[in-house]
Amino acid sequence: MSEQVLLQNRRPDRPATLEEYRASGGYEALAKVLGKAKPRDLTKMVLDSGLKGRGGAGFPTGRKWSFLREDAPHPRYVIPNTDEMEPGTFKDRILVGADPHQIIEGTILAGYANQAQRAVIFIRPSYELEAEILEGEFAKLREANLLGTDILGSGFDFDITLHRSAGRYICGEASAQVKAIQGERPRPDKESHMTDSGLWGRPTIVNNVETLACLPHILRHGAEWFKGLALTPGGDGTKLFGVSGMVNKPDCYETPMGTPLREIIFEHAGGMKGGREFKACLTGGASTKLLPAQHLDVAMDFESLAKIGHRLGTGAIIVFDQGACLVSACLNLLTFFARESCGWCTPCREGLPYMRHLLLRIELGDADEGCVKRLREMAHYIDHSYCAFAPGAAAPVLGLLEYFEDEVLEHISQGCCPYKGV
Amino acid sequence: MLPAKLKKTLKRDIKQSGHPREKAVDVMYAVQSHYGYLSDEGLAEAAELLGMSELELEELATFYDYIYRRPVGKYVLHVCDGVVCWMCHEGWECVGEEESIVTYLCARLGVEVGETTPDGLFTVLPSACIGYCENAPAMLVNGKPYGPLTPASLDEVLEELRNQPPEEMVVDR
Ligand code: SF4
Ligand code: FES
Repeated sequence: MSEQVLLQNRRPDRPATLEEYRASGGYEALAKVLGKAKPRDLTKMVLDSGLKGRGGAGFPTGRKWSFLREDAPHPRYVIPNTDEMEPGTFKDRILVGADPHQIIEGTILAGYANQAQRAVIFIRPSYELEAEILEGEFAKLREANLLGTDILGSGFDFDITLHRSAGRYICGEASAQVKAIQGERPRPDKESHMTDSGLWGRPTIVNNVETLACLPHILRHGAEWFKGLALTPGGDGTKLFGVSGMVNKPDCYETPMGTPLREIIFEHAGGMKGGREFKACLTGGASTKLLPAQHLDVAMDFESLAKIGHRLGTGAIIVFDQGACLVSACLNLLTFFARESCGWCTPCREGLPYMRHLLLRIELGDADEGCVKRLREMAHYIDHSYCAFAPGAAAPVLGLLEYFEDEVLEHISQGCCPYKGV
Repeated sequence: MLPAKLKKTLKRDIKQSGHPREKAVDVMYAVQSHYGYLSDEGLAEAAELLGMSELELEELATFYDYIYRRPVGKYVLHVCDGVVCWMCHEGWECVGEEESIVTYLCARLGVEVGETTPDGLFTVLPSACIGYCENAPAMLVNGKPYGPLTPASLDEVLEELRNQPPEEMVVDR
């Protein structure tokens, strides 16, 4: 097994305690920098480490932070995002359940770097167990002077609260999440810049919890060390890959950024279930493109995937075997996305159900080649939507049409699904 | 009407938060847990506590998956219909063509998705991925995750819930 950084304290049955986390070097970073390093030094170090956001977009974390103006008003907020509601995505749950303090320390460090006063951890309803884990630790931390006023005598005040969501996919999008916390209907908002006007109109930093969990390690061991963890030059650190679907050992695995996809599926996740044959996978959750076997050797990092027209997304790998009908898989995905659309803009609200309708006709054998042409057009037109949700929804279909057109056409020529009853 | 004690607690929480609206979801959960669902009466009371109009709160209540504006059973089964759970349906063949945990469950309980069993015990709701994909197929029962489910283990879970003495029943948040 390669070096475990984020999951080093993972146990089969329970989260690491505060004592166990400290024994593994936890809160050393906090003691090292709080009141000693300048906040901007932290940002610089994170920038140098190359750390990219683990929530899906892969935007450099240090750059995101540096958008915050030095003279931005207070209070400022940090929002650790634990929403992940995309099919295939469960790494953040594993992370909170393994080592909650790592996330908390990362959050405080992000708070210090951005001179924020408060963090609001956004967590989805199906992670109630994890919400309780986190909440349970806050009190202990206040007692240990690691949270609250004058943390470790550094003069830095910072507190964390939890925001329980009532569950809707779009809440994972940063600006929608801010609206959700404010008790407004969550929808993406592209007008305001989070670092100028986020939560309650104040400067706000939204980071995925896996991103935050990397911070204590970067600050303890340095930017170069962190970069060196990756297998590929452009890579950064290690990455949590949630592998699900037709593999023998579906689970969350931590491997160096840039680990070949084949190794993750066939070594870590134990290979194909029951010796079946690999057909395709989604590399970064439901809103990434279907990827065929010919690309199995791609290095799993942001750049390598982008080079072949794919996305690392959240690193959630969903594996399909030869017996799976990819048309009906896409039908399932589009049904999901059409339902989860926030409904704000027409291309998404109207376009996704239409794409779903076309896929349904193909699956039922009630389509002609014109349907395929229209599906392809729609998958591109959908780019005209207001936020990235709709293009993400169209991504699996783009993969279907690019690599598995034969399978689509077979549905049409046979007038039925060739996989039904096989 | 909400009990005075609960109202007092909620009022205090709202006041402490500094931003009353930030408590909208928490208050809806609390009211829902009192009435068993977010009734019209409960919605009006919650809106008043939060200083929001009923319409504003309705906009939220109907947007979210875990707020129920109609009565639900004692146990709400949020069955994941995400692509991983959809794919991992081995062993569900017994239900024929449309083999899936959702169809199996509905057949077993004699309800359609969204309906409640006549005895008021179970409501089946479809759910976006619940984040237990490595345990697919999965479902949540009043917030507690189950998986990977097989037809046999699903039957067992239902049996167990049916035989739960009333006082030990899990109350939804
Ligand atoms: S693309 Fe979809 S989710 Fe995004 S704003 Fe438009 S309707 Fe809402
Ligand atoms: S797809 Fe069912 S739990 Fe994720």
